[in-house]
Amino acid sequence: MTTFTVLAIVAVLAALGVVLFSSPVRSAICLVVNFFVLAFVYFILNAELLGITQIIVYTGAIMVLFLFVIMLLNLGGPQAWKERREFRTVLGFGFGAALAGVIASQLITHFREHSRPFADDGYGSPQAIGRVLFTQYVWPFEVASVLLLVGIVGSILLAKRKL
Amino acid sequence: MYNLLAQTDGNGLAKRLAEAFPPPTIDWPSILPIALVVCTGIVALIVEMLRPRQNNNAIIGFSLVGLFFAGLSLTSQFASPDLESFGGMVLRDRFSLTIQLLVVMVTGLTILFSDGYLRAKRIPFGEFYPLVLWSASGAMMMASSKNLLMIFLGIEVLSISLYVLAGMSKTETKSEESALKYFLLGAFASAFLLYGIAFMYGATGSLHLDAIRSAWNPNDEAFRNMMLFGMGLMLFGLAFKAAFVPFHQWTPDVYQGAPTNVTAFMAAGSKIGAMAALWRLLSASTTNVDLGATFQSYWMPALFWIAILTMTVGNLVALVQKDVKRTLGYSSIAHAGYILVGILAHVNNPEKVGIGTTVFYLLSYSLMTIGAFAVVSLTAKNGKEGTRFEDLHGLWKRSPFAVGCLIVFVASLIGIPPTSGFFGKLMIFNDALASDLMPLAIVLAVNSVLSVYYYVGIAKAAFVDAEGARTPESAPMNLGLAATCLLCAGGIFAVVILFNPLMNWLVGAP
Repeated sequence: MTTFTVLAIVAVLAALGVVLFSSPVRSAICLVVNFFVLAFVYFILNAELLGITQIIVYTGAIMVLFLFVIMLLNLGGPQAWKERREFRTVLGFGFGAALAGVIASQLITHFREHSRPFADDGYGSPQAIGRVLFTQYVWPFEVASVLLLVGIVGSILLAKRKL
Repeated sequence: MYNLLAQTDGNGLAKRLAEAFPPPTIDWPSILPIALVVCTGIVALIVEMLRPRQNNNAIIGFSLVGLFFAGLSLTSQFASPDLESFGGMVLRDRFSLTIQLLVVMVTGLTILFSDGYLRAKRIPFGEFYPLVLWSASGAMMMASSKNLLMIFLGIEVLSISLYVLAGMSKTETKSEESALKYFLLGAFASAFLLYGIAFMYGATGSLHLDAIRSAWNPNDEAFRNMMLFGMGLMLFGLAFKAAFVPFHQWTPDVYQGAPTNVTAFMAAGSKIGAMAALWRLLSASTTNVDLGATFQSYWMPALFWIAILTMTVGNLVALVQKDVKRTLGYSSIAHAGYILVGILAHVNNPEKVGIGTTVFYLLSYSLMTIGAFAVVSLTAKNGKEGTRFEDLHGLWKRSPFAVGCLIVFVASLIGIPPTSGFFGKLMIFNDALASDLMPLAIVLAVNSVLSVYYYVGIAKAAFVDAEGARTPESAPMNLGLAATCLLCAGGIFAVVILFNPLMNWLVGAP
């Protein structure tokens, strides 16, 4: 429980950092931290593969792309971006809180019923996923590799300037 | 199954997993055609690196040989029994084999006339051929599975290759615009399709269409609503890919901007794939009456009106177009409507109406569409291409053979008796009457008359003398293009003359 508390505090702080920092690079780095810590939350819930995937896909691939794009766009120094006070802000907050309330009211009752909020041993483990992937889903798995190949060749064809 | 895993103590895990997920039955021949096409694409890419500079003949030759063997492996399975393998992911039945054969044929015809055109447009990229082959493999996957996961993956393989191919002519803004529009709208439609699949899965716990069909229960309200919502979203996605009105807005722009050979493949290959997936989905979404309200009683009225709209809007808007490729684009929308009538007729009354009509119409539609686009591709020269009606002027003096073929294609698109287009429409008309879809049959007949005007306009443009030609003289005929025209025009008559043996061979009994 203490592990979870520490991780949760870090995750929430990082999430706040994403919103509150005015420099996009800092926001993006905070998002990296948030995703990374989230992966550890998955680990303590017994979902190793989900955690590893979270690190590889989100922290590794997607966030690096985010940073690349931000740096390539060359936004310059953080600009003072004054938020105007108007009724729309209040309205936005209202709707946001309402949405959070709706989602929470649906989720919390389900969570309360469970005394052990973590997965059983072996459920969603790398062995189990691997087994399913290479028995029942072997053909879609191969087809997905064709899809990736199409993506690679296609992007090269579109990007290269000279023959 | 998961309780089994829950008791695992590490050592027994592998054994328990092996019991829970046994290796699936594997039937290699049923994936051989797709594997052949994909591998031909991969090897063609390597040939592209090794070839002498700017000479694509080796790639073309290799691709055509690969397609030939894929076709051979398909026809050799015609006598084999129907079966599902790879855990229900691959299905071999008559419909899947026939549709795959059509896709292979369409790809071969497209590749055959591409080289001269790409050279004239100054975009002779060797990567074109592997991408077309992979795109074709996507359409083949869509036809050869009853699993929604495979249908989705097939659509993605098909479309992502096409997004790239549409933007292949990078110096032209039109081509870039076409690729971007197609990509954005296509990604949007894919998302809808996937969302629909997720709802189906949520309602039934399966991605397999047979399992989904047997789970149908109209009396459970929550279940019914989820299924209907999922079905609606899936139909949205597929209707986009097949270009039904009102999901057709992208079609004319994309068809006009993409390189003409890509447009030909898009109009034929991509449509065959989308229609095959739609056919699978719809024929699996019919249920018995004894359960109460049938599944089809919910979506049939919607598709009935979509079919009417697609035929009518496609033809009406085509009347006022000034660009040949846009006209043919709207014409392909109208033809999608005719094919939808055929599919609905089958779904409405599967005992009386078989798959023969849809297959025959797709075959004849592919031949005439690819042929027409092949002739239009003659207007490209020195990196420029004019596709307005004026740009066809004087074509009959420069290449009378192409114009002769164009007349055949136009006649078939209109549906003038000795051509396959006429027999295709007649079969759809009869089927619609046979399965109590009289209004659709009437709309179809009226639309065929409407379409005469703009099709004749295309043929007429080729006969007008060029006065102060706006674009440079079009490229001379080349061997590949002549072969494509000859095959398409010959095919249009051959499928009529050999109708009975052909249909017996393709679909069993017609």
